[in-house]
Amino acid sequence: MIRTLSLTAVSAFAFTLGAAAQDFAIVNAKVWTGTSAGTLESATVIISDGEISGVGINLAPPSGMETLDAEGKWVTPGIISAFSRVGTVEVGAEGASNDTSAAASPLSVALEASDGFNPAATNVAVTRIEGVTRMAVAPANGANMFAGQGFLADTSGKADSVTMERAFVYVDLSEGGADLAGGSRPAAWAALRGAFADARGYPGRFITHNEGDTLTRNDAQAFGPAVRGQQLMMINASRASDIRKVIALKAENPLLNLVIVDADEAWMVADELAAADIPVIIDPFDNLPTSFATLGATSRNAERLLAADVTTAFAHLGNSGHQTRLVLQSAGNAVANGVSFDDALASITTTPADLLGLEGLGRLTPGAVADLVMWDGDPLEVMSAPELVVINGQRQSLESRQTKLRDRYLDLDESEQPLAFKR
Amino acid sequence: MKNSIWLKGALAGLLVSLAACGDSGSDSEAASNGERVEINLNPFPSTYAPYPSDTVLLQGATVLDGIGGLIENGDVLLVEGKVAEIGTGLTAPDGATVIDAAGRWVTPGIIDNHSHLGVYPSPNVDAHGDGNEISGAVTAEVWAEHGIWPQDPGFSRALAGGITSLQILPGSANLFGGRGVILKNVPSRTVQGMKFPGAPYTLKMACGENPKRVYGYGGGRFPGGAPYSRMGNVAGYRMAWARAVEYKRKWDKYAEDGGDPPTRDLELDTLMGVLNGEILVHMHCYRADEMAQIMDLSEEFGYKVTSFHHAVESYKIADLLAEYGACSAMWADWWGFKMEAYDGVRENIPMVHKAGACAIVHSDDDIGIQRLNQEAAKALADGRRAGIDISKADAWQWLSANPAKSLGVFEQTGSLEPGKDADVVVWSADPFSVYAKADLVMVDGAVMYERGNPDNIPVMDFELGQPGEGDVK
Repeated sequence: MIRTLSLTAVSAFAFTLGAAAQDFAIVNAKVWTGTSAGTLESATVIISDGEISGVGINLAPPSGMETLDAEGKWVTPGIISAFSRVGTVEVGAEGASNDTSAAASPLSVALEASDGFNPAATNVAVTRIEGVTRMAVAPANGANMFAGQGFLADTSGKADSVTMERAFVYVDLSEGGADLAGGSRPAAWAALRGAFADARGYPGRFITHNEGDTLTRNDAQAFGPAVRGQQLMMINASRASDIRKVIALKAENPLLNLVIVDADEAWMVADELAAADIPVIIDPFDNLPTSFATLGATSRNAERLLAADVTTAFAHLGNSGHQTRLVLQSAGNAVANGVSFDDALASITTTPADLLGLEGLGRLTPGAVADLVMWDGDPLEVMSAPELVVINGQRQSLESRQTKLRDRYLDLDESEQPLAFKR
Repeated sequence: MKNSIWLKGALAGLLVSLAACGDSGSDSEAASNGERVEINLNPFPSTYAPYPSDTVLLQGATVLDGIGGLIENGDVLLVEGKVAEIGTGLTAPDGATVIDAAGRWVTPGIIDNHSHLGVYPSPNVDAHGDGNEISGAVTAEVWAEHGIWPQDPGFSRALAGGITSLQILPGSANLFGGRGVILKNVPSRTVQGMKFPGAPYTLKMACGENPKRVYGYGGGRFPGGAPYSRMGNVAGYRMAWARAVEYKRKWDKYAEDGGDPPTRDLELDTLMGVLNGEILVHMHCYRADEMAQIMDLSEEFGYKVTSFHHAVESYKIADLLAEYGACSAMWADWWGFKMEAYDGVRENIPMVHKAGACAIVHSDDDIGIQRLNQEAAKALADGRRAGIDISKADAWQWLSANPAKSLGVFEQTGSLEPGKDADVVVWSADPFSVYAKADLVMVDGAVMYERGNPDNIPVMDFELGQPGEGDVK
């Protein structure tokens, strides 16, 4: 074994991947609860049967319970990425290993991203060991503006890690969606209206033929729950005028459960978004006029949206298959650009949990799901990393294919044997 | 000529020869006078001159000198656009502006040796895709500076991230993508107004997947052109270098013996510049085994790869890279987007550093360039957790000294040593923290960015009269 890692008591303790949930307690932690209790110093967190059974100061673990001394380190809820493609792509440019989109499929809304999810994909562990325990995984657009059905999963890598299939529908109403719809925003909005009619008219209007105004029979069926407000609809839009159209869509269809993704110019319509109660998922890194739809992009988007009481979650939207883990860096940069530390942490824990319907997640409180992370420093700092990741009460491995590659090459001496024998 | 002051003194020999040739007349003039034809090596000369600056004493900061030193409660004195003195307890000369930098950090400006700002600018519209001359696999004749749009708002965002110099490269579609150019990050109406005076030219080359994908599989035709495989890539480099060797022989012979001058070939001019040691090779190469082949290939034809770029697998051959003497320009953590990026590890940068090879943090990205300090911080921390103990002061070499060396401008910039260009950043806090912001960015002592002061934040033409004009970015 050539690892030169300083194996502290903590990390030695944290290798039981796949073991049954074992009750334990963390004492002397700085606990960010995600609740009105705020941040608790020198606090105890008790984990039993996969749940948080106690959080508090002066809280003694039951006698005989395995206890870990956090030595004052931060403990937070597991980080939640509100938008990701982890587990649905192994190598981006290799089509056969990339199940995020299907440009040649005749289907759209009916495409279920969870059918392509591989919990053993290398990017699952890479994401997990950075503290992200839950994620919304969206399909990418292929043939048209309706990408399909996204799902919710944990990052444990276990066979049952998809917790909700068909959690949301993803629709692109940005410039990209307009292009796929035929070349213009009017084409995209006409297609959307047609799709609404197809979904509402299902199955009646498909009795005599398979094609609707916009959608095929399968797609119209799949779009039904979202159109009736029974399923979340994620809409990609960035230009302020496009966001206003989405707000108007909700005004006409008050039952819709919408969230806007990207939303670079959302700060320009923040009050309207707040009044319409439409949340946004943004990447706080975005501050460039990369297109004519993002001329107002600013790193202050997050601060202004939160100041206007818009429900705001963060995600790292660039290379969301492999770099979802950077959501923490995104959140740290939001703090550097005016967001409070508590709001930034909420935007990657409690807020995405609530807008995705992840009950019991995103906060550390009795009865919550025991997803948590202990950090070797400020969780939003770029130099910090998890020392312990817990999902459903189970301590997770902090190994990935990347850490194994690192360990193989830390010492390049192959005078005795080729490095290929080292693992 | 403005740049003459830059060309005196300390510059490396190759830069002097480059500049000297820049003053020669055109081919036809020289020929009609019966003189030897000389190739004008600098037909698009820099017109940059430093903007006015004050004498400034930055006082009481944590100072990173950029070459491994950290000074607590340190002072930096800037005079006439140069670093005059660095130390503790310095006295402000008469008339100097004293800036209280207590609690703040002062570093050399960050130098990004891999950017496509200007050639792939914002907005990313079809009309602006000027970074790859895809028309052929070997396009050493094209120059990135001819594709740069100086109004790219990305330059101003990079400035706010502490970038004071940067290399703009052609893309990696081609085996030989063309010449790169080194810029001072100053807003200008012209590219010439940004060009780093006296900096050498560079040549962009590319290994691996991109050239064979673009040409071999090009346009959905099967088969496309060459190269179709990594074999074709290497054959393509070698055939081009073989022609360059022959071309150089003709020019050398002509310089010696006279007679009819050889026919100019712009592609081979660039390759000959490499063989003459005037142009530095920057090669996009992810895989360790390919870098090893390229090092051999360079020795076959008698040139040197100055820096491998992206170099996702440098950690596998860090010893070989140290022995050869090439830099690796790397991301902290990009991986997985294609097969040759599949073996990315978070500790690549510190592992290369530990082997004694030259490590550089680069961006290749208009977002990443805004926070290269954070990328260095991530790599540093990941390295430490893997048992590689590197100080912050040493790590800053990844951001300024090493990229400056890779661009041939370390004599002028890249560290806070007396006599060097006052390319300086004052950070609100430890720049290895995610919460730190560049408060003040100076290029040759002139303030090019001052956080919170709209009068000292550039707004590019494209953003005037648009939503967000002059907004905090």
